[in-house]
Amino acid sequence: MLSRTADHLYWMARYSERAENLARLLDVNYQMSLVPHDAETERSSWNAIIALNSLEYAYAKRHDEATATKVLHFMVRDETHPSSIYSCLRAARENAHAVRGTLTAEMWETINETWLQLRDQSFAEIHSGGIAAFFDWVKQRASLLRGAMFGTMLRDEAFQFIRLGALLERADNTARILDVKYHGLPGAQQSQGDDLVDANDYYHWGALLRSVSAFEVYRKVYRDVITPERVAELLILREDLPRALHSCMEGVVEILDKVRNSRSDETVRRAGQLYATLRYGRMDAIFERGLHAWLDDFIDSIGDLSVRISEDFLVGA
Amino acid sequence: MTTLFFDEMHDADAGTRTHYGPFETWARGLPPGVMARKRAEADLAFRRLGITFAVYGEEAGTERLIPFDTIPRIIPNAEWKTLRAGLKQRVKALNMFLGDIYNGQDILRAGRIPADEVLDNAQFRPEMKGFKVPNGIYAHIAGVDIVRAGAGEFYVLEDNLRVPSGVSYMLENRKMMMRLFPELFAQQKIAPVEHYPDLLLETLRAVAPAGVDDPTVVVMTPGAFNSAYFEHSFLAQQMGVELVEGRDLFIDHDAVYMRTTCGPKRVDVIYRRIDDDFLDPQVFRPDSMLGVPGLLKAYRAGRVTLCNAIGTGVADDKSIYPYVGEMVRFYLGEEPILNNVPTWRCREKDDLRYVLDHLPELVVKEVHGAGGYGMLVGPAATKAEIEQFRAVLAAHPDKYIAQPTLALSTCPTYVDSGIAPRHIDLRPFVLSGKEVSLVPGGLTRVALRKGSLVVNSSQGGGTKDTWVLENGHAEPQR
Repeated sequence: MLSRTADHLYWMARYSERAENLARLLDVNYQMSLVPHDAETERSSWNAIIALNSLEYAYAKRHDEATATKVLHFMVRDETHPSSIYSCLRAARENAHAVRGTLTAEMWETINETWLQLRDQSFAEIHSGGIAAFFDWVKQRASLLRGAMFGTMLRDEAFQFIRLGALLERADNTARILDVKYHGLPGAQQSQGDDLVDANDYYHWGALLRSVSAFEVYRKVYRDVITPERVAELLILREDLPRALHSCMEGVVEILDKVRNSRSDETVRRAGQLYATLRYGRMDAIFERGLHAWLDDFIDSIGDLSVRISEDFLVGA
Repeated sequence: MTTLFFDEMHDADAGTRTHYGPFETWARGLPPGVMARKRAEADLAFRRLGITFAVYGEEAGTERLIPFDTIPRIIPNAEWKTLRAGLKQRVKALNMFLGDIYNGQDILRAGRIPADEVLDNAQFRPEMKGFKVPNGIYAHIAGVDIVRAGAGEFYVLEDNLRVPSGVSYMLENRKMMMRLFPELFAQQKIAPVEHYPDLLLETLRAVAPAGVDDPTVVVMTPGAFNSAYFEHSFLAQQMGVELVEGRDLFIDHDAVYMRTTCGPKRVDVIYRRIDDDFLDPQVFRPDSMLGVPGLLKAYRAGRVTLCNAIGTGVADDKSIYPYVGEMVRFYLGEEPILNNVPTWRCREKDDLRYVLDHLPELVVKEVHGAGGYGMLVGPAATKAEIEQFRAVLAAHPDKYIAQPTLALSTCPTYVDSGIAPRHIDLRPFVLSGKEVSLVPGGLTRVALRKGSLVVNSSQGGGTKDTWVLENGHAEPQR
């Protein structure tokens, strides 16, 4: 397929995945802010959202302090920077528009209608309708798009590049959420093996799990109290949890194998190498290296893969 | 104006014409409010589908719906047969004319058309001289604008032989009508149009360079901000071919390739929806970012086919239009089936005098214009506008032609105040590949402002579904 077409599809998928993950994260943070806690905890939890997306500078230019309303406005409806849900959904729609003929009618209609419904809503309107309802709506629209894609699209290259974009973005987002939340939360600094988790921690770790729709999964898998180590293990090493790094990278490797061309050998090799660390890795080794350092490396590797994929496939000869 | 208009649905005594009978009976039987609901449904669906056109001069990316009217324009079978025969004849002659003027120039030597009208025309492309195109076809896709005047007779208003647009609206309008009112299609035999993309692909494949058995066809668009981008994308999708921009293509040893995820892939036929001027910055406009450097050379080497060919604009120019009847006689030895609108060429002294004396009755058009901008509609113009135009005309007579103001036929149409007659035209799409073919009907455009004769979507026109009734219906009696 045309390199430019693949490029638009890939970015369409990345932006819609990003919007969805943002909605998940903000939703959970908002729910958390409703639980009784001190002002400092509240401020730091909203600051973490900004830091998670490396938006400290952009935020500081617009707002002095991180309050729930200000951060929500900034992350949901601020169209003057590219990282808000609004900007992501606009970018997803613009990329889809450029290649609408490659999408099935159901997919295009879904993505177009999402944008049309969002376009004219001010933050005040979104807020008055209930911010939680808005986040639900974003997640539903993402599910609808995914459903339309899996239900109607030919399993051709277009399909593969859409999945590739979504999986890379998801891996990056999960890693970032884990990184920021893990270090911003109580209990994480304690040595592994200490299972003492107070009620407050329970809510925080529960929230992190919920932000990746993994709360019930955790219960099912561990049938035990929530510990930071197991949360990390679940989100990093599980091959059967769709938002776990292992699962994302398995998909990336599989797709790169399908679309490989004469230029892509090195990219395929690096993706395989990264995948192997998840496929054959152990949690104690990751903690030995230090979780933060390990996640940093992982996020860099995803960045490296993105650049290579762009050069190998999306720019064109 | 006291002119009597021909109405497609009603005769002079306000009776319903026979071919509209079943529709009117059906419409009368609709419970109140149903039509309003269906119209709202259509609007919503068009917006959701993103069937829009971009508006120039407004904020980049502004997209508007073209208003869609739910009352169809119906053409009786016998009338369509005449139109079809006339369209095929006309487009054949136009293609032969193009082949002739870029090669032997027989028609000029025979004195049937003044040579300077052709050779000095800004649309004549010397780059095309002495070069044979596959099957001798230049205008593979033609959108011929047809109007019907006061007594019910048809005229060709314009032959659009460059990059005519609108066919996607024809197809989407039909899909919409079938979705809104399936019972109408069950009740009456309405000729289908949905196979147009198949015919188009067949046409494009038929004109591939010699020796290419399984040609790769692409649609070439100026990009997502072009006013007709929806259509480019739609046609590529319907034909199952790639939609490319200039930057997706490159030339290597006079062959055209597209950049794909698996490396370069050869392209054989380009259905280009981009004007001649922008095709190749090495030959035409050097500032064009939309084209492909070296494309003309590859084309002249016979390594790729462009559809439509370069240089077709000379044949649909308004200064050449008066001679199309001559082309039919000269190349085919037949009398033209379709009428031309009587035309005064202002470059002729006698014609100019007549035009200047009758400005308030005439429509004056620029010869190299398109889209309804640089013209004077006498009966609708103020005294000052007429005087202003008179001066322009006296200064540059050779830039204009004039025609009588045609009493375009009307068709009942939904407007704010209910249903009222509005003026319409018809654009059938004629395809020339191995043979000449077209789907029944075409795009009906309607001028939504009361009294307006300008149907262009850029000027606030709307569209209707166009029905050609298959046999089994009585011909119009009144």
